[in-house]
Amino acid sequence: MVQLLLAHLVLAGLGPAAVALFGRRAFLLMLTAPLATLIWALSLTDRIRSGETIQQTWSWVAGLDFEIAFRLGTLQWLMTLVVSGVGVLVLGYCAYYFADDDPALPMFTGVFTGFAGAMLGLVLADDLLLLYVFWELTTVFSYLLIGADPEKRASRLAAMQALIVTTFGGLAMLVGMLMLGHEAGTHRISAILADPPSGDWTTAAVLLLLVGAISKSALVPFHFWLPGAMAAPTPVSAYLHAASMVKAGVYLVALLAPAFADVPGWRATLLGLGVITMLLGGWRAIRQYDIKLLLAFGTVSQLGFLLVILGIGTRAATLAGLAVLLAHALFKACLFLVVGIVDHQTGTRDLRELSGVGARMPWVAGAAAIAGASMAGLPPLLGFVGKESVLAALLDVAHTADGDGTGLASYAGWAVVAGVAVGSVLTVAYTLRFLWGAFATKTTCEPTAVTPVPAGFAASPVVLAAASLGLGCAGGWLTGVLGPQADTFPAGHHHTELALWHGWSMPLLVSAGVLVAGALLFSRRATFAQLQAALSPSRSAEGGYRAVMRFVDRSAVEVTGLTQRGSVATYLAVILLVVLAVPGTALLLELPDRITVDLWDSPAQAVVGALVCVAAFFTARSRRRLRAVILVGVTGYGTAVLFLLHGAPDLALTQILVETTSLVVFVLVLRRLPEYFTDRPLSRRRYLRMALGLAVGLAVAGFMLVATADRSVDPLSVLFPGPAVEYGGGSNIVSVTLVDIRAWDTMGEISVLVAAGTGVASLIFLDTRLAGIRRVRDIPYPATVQKLPTSPGRRVWLPGSRTLTPDRRSIIFEVVTRFIFHTVMLLSVYLLLAGHNHVGGGFAAGMVAGLALMVRYLVGGRYELDEAAPVDAGVLMGFGLFVATGSALAPLAFGGIVLQSAELTLHLGPLGEPHLMTSLLFDIGVYLVVIGLLLDLLRTLGARLDRQILREERAGEQAVRL
Amino acid sequence: MNANLTLIVVASTLIGTGVYLILERSLTRVLVGLVMMGNGVNLLFMIASGPAGTAPIVGAGSGRMADPLPQALVLTAIVITLGTVAFLLAMAHRSWQLNEHDDVQDDVEDAAIRRLADLDEASDSHDLSLSATEADAATDEVYEEEGSS
Repeated sequence: MVQLLLAHLVLAGLGPAAVALFGRRAFLLMLTAPLATLIWALSLTDRIRSGETIQQTWSWVAGLDFEIAFRLGTLQWLMTLVVSGVGVLVLGYCAYYFADDDPALPMFTGVFTGFAGAMLGLVLADDLLLLYVFWELTTVFSYLLIGADPEKRASRLAAMQALIVTTFGGLAMLVGMLMLGHEAGTHRISAILADPPSGDWTTAAVLLLLVGAISKSALVPFHFWLPGAMAAPTPVSAYLHAASMVKAGVYLVALLAPAFADVPGWRATLLGLGVITMLLGGWRAIRQYDIKLLLAFGTVSQLGFLLVILGIGTRAATLAGLAVLLAHALFKACLFLVVGIVDHQTGTRDLRELSGVGARMPWVAGAAAIAGASMAGLPPLLGFVGKESVLAALLDVAHTADGDGTGLASYAGWAVVAGVAVGSVLTVAYTLRFLWGAFATKTTCEPTAVTPVPAGFAASPVVLAAASLGLGCAGGWLTGVLGPQADTFPAGHHHTELALWHGWSMPLLVSAGVLVAGALLFSRRATFAQLQAALSPSRSAEGGYRAVMRFVDRSAVEVTGLTQRGSVATYLAVILLVVLAVPGTALLLELPDRITVDLWDSPAQAVVGALVCVAAFFTARSRRRLRAVILVGVTGYGTAVLFLLHGAPDLALTQILVETTSLVVFVLVLRRLPEYFTDRPLSRRRYLRMALGLAVGLAVAGFMLVATADRSVDPLSVLFPGPAVEYGGGSNIVSVTLVDIRAWDTMGEISVLVAAGTGVASLIFLDTRLAGIRRVRDIPYPATVQKLPTSPGRRVWLPGSRTLTPDRRSIIFEVVTRFIFHTVMLLSVYLLLAGHNHVGGGFAAGMVAGLALMVRYLVGGRYELDEAAPVDAGVLMGFGLFVATGSALAPLAFGGIVLQSAELTLHLGPLGEPHLMTSLLFDIGVYLVVIGLLLDLLRTLGARLDRQILREERAGEQAVRL
Repeated sequence: MNANLTLIVVASTLIGTGVYLILERSLTRVLVGLVMMGNGVNLLFMIASGPAGTAPIVGAGSGRMADPLPQALVLTAIVITLGTVAFLLAMAHRSWQLNEHDDVQDDVEDAAIRRLADLDEASDSHDLSLSATEADAATDEVYEEEGSS
């Protein structure tokens, strides 16, 4: 079974490619999957007939008791035949229906085949959760197929409506399945049916399952999605919305009925809603002018009929129900395909515009007539056989004392009989209306132009009609095959068999009456239409759906409007208030009686700490940007000293470097921003902000006091020193942690740096990532500047500074920079290499190199930066990330794991045999990324802004000159 | 374990002042507040890691070693802060370029939704999702002479 499902899946995946190769003939390739399924199912006929079942099971998620379990019994076999048989015929029909150049075709082919597979999986699944997965898959495919033409608003809306309604039911069903699985202790359907649980939970679970079945099978009050779904191409309507998918609910009811038909509410729900749906569908079908919509409402009516029969839960009704299920699939698919042909060859589906079509396509009209007769319940067709048995079964329920074992009261039984009889009258009437509307020659309109029908196009409906006829005469055989499913119920009042002739009996009388009444109703259709117009209700289920959707939307608007205020400050305040309210309250409740504290580790800590606090206070008071930035820098440097005093020299070094870089970057940007923050008057809200800041500060202090006092276990990192030396090959534990123990963290971090650098570049450059590096030697001297000859052998201190105006140059800086640049670069390489054992590492080394570049830029301008680092910052960062990733993945090649480090001993002859850790390569990657980031910041916030400022100055000068 | 009161006071001062600043409208002040909070939070790691000790370098000194793990975490945080600063500054600059100020604006879309809520109206997307079959419902009600067969 799973092979067949996989075949569907593979073909669905090949769909678009097949369309590209073969055009619409691709459907002939697609139909091989359902064809194989059909042949497989037919080959099992004898085993099914003898009551055998076929099972396949794989364990999937053992922890959730989730199995891939398939099971083929009589019911599943029948559904498989319907799904695959109709699938083959509709796919073959598609090859004629579509045009080769239909833009929707590649997608449609794949989705349609995928649907066939999902439907097959649905009927074969023997696990509730697996069933649910396939159930929702059919919903999703149905959504895609209804919306096959995404350019039409109507089809998008119909698709969305169908999706929402059926998904709503599906979710209710999922809850029911989980409850049922919990009650039964298993999700295996066959096990649950063999030993059904009972009780209030089970009742609720089963009723929730019915919600799913009712919504999928379009019963009142969910029926409206099905006529809307007629926006789909007609083959989709024939297959999904008549023969297969809408039967999923019917299938579920038939599957569960043997075990749960006696659950309270089961019969009331299904019989009540079923009869109402049957009547409502028929009533509305008679009013339609679009023959496709007419059939759609007819389907709604028939689905109600099916759920009534299969919901009753007697042997006779089940046998009859299965026959009607088969009959309906055959005649309704046929009729839809006929509608497709009529629409395709005439260009209209409006029965007021169709005239004389039947004479021009006699085979099609003949097939429609047979299928229609089956729908109306005329002998010798399968529809008649089914309907006869249904009436017999319903009469048994109505006139026997205990409702033929169902416990239904007599009046209820008679009400159902009456409802079904009236529904059947309507069915006869709309069948006649359909046949007359599509094919008759009318006096009120011109004969319709009809293009000839290719034989292959008409083949599928003709085959379906022939099947209706053939199976109608094979009642005895059908009784034998379908018997095992019916026999899961106790033998009823009398032993029903499917047959054309039961003798003169009550059901035959009712059938004859129904046919006469239906024909009468059709002949008096004008009067009836006036009656309908007069009775037309002002409220509809679809209106209810719209009201619900509007309510949901309105609630969403209100809730969003209330919570999403759009102000960052408000959000932050809410977050902080929650911090105060929830963890803060917990803190107050759990305050220990006594907390002992150390005042400080060393008095120096207190001095630096006081300085930091003062700087923080004045930062908050500052109205000038630059002052605020410098003061926050003071807090940063103070923090660095605190790190050092704490015993964290690596942190102190990095903090100082970062703080210095931040300061320069701030200044580079602040030269473009106003000097003062704003000249807004001080608002009173700042007192609120102050209070919040104070409260958060106090809460943080409280958390730290309590948390630190509570700590009693040794930290994890006492284990670090040994392995750091032994496996990491370095004595600086922090460095080894960064490149080895927690190297994934570092990997993530450098990725963030690359993203931040790229973000800055995109915000400043706006259009391109490339900075356009230009060397000094390529820049000509301006016409007004005369180059003085230099004495031979004399070289400039810095090449780029000649591009600056004299008042922006400082010869002392240039000389100093010339002297220290290479030393600093050497220092950075030392920090990189020594970082593993001493203070340093890739981050600090990269920052030092970046600062050296920064000095070159500050002294010599933007061209000097290009001279110092004639490489694109993005390339450098990308290369660094590449090196880091490469060194992370390299161990895989030697059978190691990602980011594993190893020690290499190099044999350099006289230079000795240095030991190298492979993690050094990773650190080099980090080093390059950090240099790249700093270079990026200098190119964007420095050089680029320089050029913007220069341009504005020139524009200003020009304006003055003019 | 005894807490270090000095570090706690410094850290909570930095965080409290940071909170005061990030609730402002000017993006530069928000950024300054963020940097300050970052410094405070980094100090929290030091407090939680226990008392001061020697540098966590094997063989570098005698006595109790400071906890290396929080240091590695904080080192990452410090460098990330640099990336954040640069990015927010670039945003402040862009905001100034476009709007002549670097104030954080209220979200326009959110304001639009609030207006809808005040007017008791449904969202735009809902108006687009009204029924597909309204047209059919309209023709249902009309009765026309259908001709005879």
